[in-house]
Amino acid sequence: MSGTLNLNVAFSALADPTRRAILARLAKGEATVMELAKPFEMTQPAISQHLKVLEDAGLVACRVDGTKRPRRLAKAGIEAMDQWLAMLRKALGKNYDRLDEVLAGMEQPKIKRGEKR
Amino acid sequence: MSKLTLKTEGNTCVVVTRRFAAPPEAVYRAHTDPKLIQKWLLGPEGWTMPVCINDARPGGKIRYEWTDGKGPGFHLTGEYLELEPYSRIVHVERMHLPDPTPDNHVETRFAADGTGTLMTMRMTLPDAQTRAAMLATGMQAGMEASYVRLEGMI
Repeated sequence: MSGTLNLNVAFSALADPTRRAILARLAKGEATVMELAKPFEMTQPAISQHLKVLEDAGLVACRVDGTKRPRRLAKAGIEAMDQWLAMLRKALGKNYDRLDEVLAGMEQPKIKRGEKR
Repeated sequence: MSKLTLKTEGNTCVVVTRRFAAPPEAVYRAHTDPKLIQKWLLGPEGWTMPVCINDARPGGKIRYEWTDGKGPGFHLTGEYLELEPYSRIVHVERMHLPDPTPDNHVETRFAADGTGTLMTMRMTLPDAQTRAAMLATGMQAGMEASYVRLEGMI
């Protein structure tokens, strides 16, 4: 399923702290490679490499402005991921909401019953 | 205030915390008694767990099978490593989708918190790639997934 594959690529892209920081920076507005490289004390090729991973994952987009190539967050990719995460959290939350009900329905636990399997 | 927190730790861990309005003994039992597990560890609406094997002793096997009654289901297998009633469980698990995912090492702690319990579940994956893959594919089990607080980050 290609949707799953893209998500996998996107989550892999997020596994790196520098790439997460780049996304956080781009959330404030678009920036060129040079502008991105400065705060990270990294070379431009190193930043470009990270940007390529983020672009391949569909999380960052590029626009042409004369000789510049400012990068920005790719809304669709970010939103797709956000929706997926919301679903995951909902599923996990649902499990524990059910567990709340199970616990409410349980008798006060008798310590000795811990022995049974 | 949300009762559930999910966050990544380092490159390979995922930590989930949740408070419950029941003492640690009860929450521990709900994690180790198959009849109780079958009532809540289900993931999305419409899924059930017809097979629940949970041999809660060191070396004991775990096997959960889920189905939505339509397509082929999936299952999880695992083994218990350590159990300290009613405060701590350590086990490994893997999803079969159908190929097995790399082992997820899970430590679950249950601490008394007032009249309730604070559960802290720390999942450790072999590497960052595996953690990413778990997020992207593991949602059905509910437990397997869900962590990056993207809104907080972006």
